[in-house]
Amino acid sequence: MALPALLLFALFALVPMAIVIYLSFTRWDGLGSPAWAGADNWREALTSDVTRHALWLTVKLMVFSWIVQTPISLLLGVFVAGKQRYRALFAVFYFVPLLISTAAIAVIFKNLLDPNFGLGAALNLPVLGQDWLGDPQLAFYAVVFVITWQFVPFHTLLYQAGARQIPASLYEAASIDGAGRVAQFWHITLPQLRYTVVTSSTLMVVGSLTYFDLVFVLTGGGPGYATRILPLDMYITGFQSNEMGLASAISVVLVVAGLVVSLALVRFSGFSRMRSQQAGM
Amino acid sequence: MSAISHAPSTDSPGISPQDEPPPAHPRRNPLTSLRRANPLGASGGLLWLVIVLVPVYWVVVTSLRTREGFFDANPLSVPSHPTLENYRQVLDNDFTHYLLNSTLVTVGATLLTVGVSFLAAYAIVRGTSRALRWAFSVFLLGLAIPLQATIIPVYYLIAKAQMYDTLGAIVLPSAAFAIPLTVIILVNFLRDIPDELYESMRADGAGHWRMLWSLALPLSRPALITVVIYDALNVWNGFLFPLILTQSPDKRTLPLFVWSFQGEFTINVPAILAAVVLSTLPILVLYVLGRRQLIGGLTAGFGK
Repeated sequence: MALPALLLFALFALVPMAIVIYLSFTRWDGLGSPAWAGADNWREALTSDVTRHALWLTVKLMVFSWIVQTPISLLLGVFVAGKQRYRALFAVFYFVPLLISTAAIAVIFKNLLDPNFGLGAALNLPVLGQDWLGDPQLAFYAVVFVITWQFVPFHTLLYQAGARQIPASLYEAASIDGAGRVAQFWHITLPQLRYTVVTSSTLMVVGSLTYFDLVFVLTGGGPGYATRILPLDMYITGFQSNEMGLASAISVVLVVAGLVVSLALVRFSGFSRMRSQQAGM
Repeated sequence: MSAISHAPSTDSPGISPQDEPPPAHPRRNPLTSLRRANPLGASGGLLWLVIVLVPVYWVVVTSLRTREGFFDANPLSVPSHPTLENYRQVLDNDFTHYLLNSTLVTVGATLLTVGVSFLAAYAIVRGTSRALRWAFSVFLLGLAIPLQATIIPVYYLIAKAQMYDTLGAIVLPSAAFAIPLTVIILVNFLRDIPDELYESMRADGAGHWRMLWSLALPLSRPALITVVIYDALNVWNGFLFPLILTQSPDKRTLPLFVWSFQGEFTINVPAILAAVVLSTLPILVLYVLGRRQLIGGLTAGFGK
């Protein structure tokens, strides 16, 4: 009975892994037949400044989106886990970005951040009115901001669910001992949320390899190479420059990066131990 | 049935703001100490609310402006002469066709994913063979495979199978990539159905298929709702597979429509934003109808 699911998944996820490795040793324009090219693509991929820069940008995006998103969603999640009605109302609206498709979000911010007729320009706000997407120095941070806007709601939900399950008795005991709100946060809330932090961080970090569609629509990798992350480098190389062999080599780098990051997270965070404690995720 | 109401994570209480606290602490508020006024938290929460809502509000009011009004007015003011002209323009651009494609792809991929995943989850939970345990590990590992990295070989396969530029070309890989998480969530849920229920059915002479159909399936309703919503939302908003695996406009889905529409109407911002609103509307309607399930669905399997 497990066979249909296994076959479908294998056909589109496991078999492609083998094919992509094969293709990375061929020259192929996407239309004709792939021709054997030996290690040419690999030599090029590993020495190309563009691809190295893309890898570096991907890591940078991973780190920045984690640093920005984690504190915001942690604090918001703990905040909305409380009981007052107004928090419930907040939570309803926090959720809205999750309903909008990534393409639509990118289109919204592309127009909102436009230096000529965007929100900042029209309101004469010098800070907001900068050429966020056209300035190579700023474009990266604009991307981080839009990612934060899109994904903080999801992680807030995770932290809210986690914070709701912290036993009240811990807070009562701390109150009796005279611990203030900040002390309670550091000594009870944060340690109790450690598994949620790991879950959320894992999803954030692995997810940051998949910001392709957002960056593709928002900046197309530009200006110049300022936001050309690895998946985008792969797409442009393969589907715009028609160098599928080289793009396949970049894909393999992407898979390896994904696996390394996942394994590192599992290893260093105790995610596997957590899993066995809970009998599953 | 009572066993199910205690099942963890999938339908876990405390996810929706209106939910009661978890059953383990029925009469207690888990964050009693935070009942006191929390000005710092409230102002932070309010700030984020502004960050979330200002763009949304801007999109809605701008989509109601005339083209001239867009350049003249304060961008955050309510339009003095609101117009639906932009919406008409979007609908004239074959919007309903893209809507239909998105619906077909979403329904097809979701049914396929949840159908095969449910069978697999049942087999993994009830079966005893090593092969099934191995299959479960494959799905766990599958979570780590970035979809982007497989797009070239998937394109190669779809082209070889002569499926390029069909709706099926979007359905199959979208379904395939939704399978690992769907199986894992369903497995975790099915594990909590007590063995005794199966045993008593077996005593009545029921085979695997009957137990699956008249015991596991009805009891799994909450988990099934969760994965249906989660998978449907992902497929509906999917961008990469339609971008790479289709070409002609009559095979494309809503996210692609929004993207190509803004490419064509670069200078007509109100029309672009009307397209954004229209493409989000179907999900928004579903959200209003099933908010609890939707929020539960998005956190299912991830809550502590």
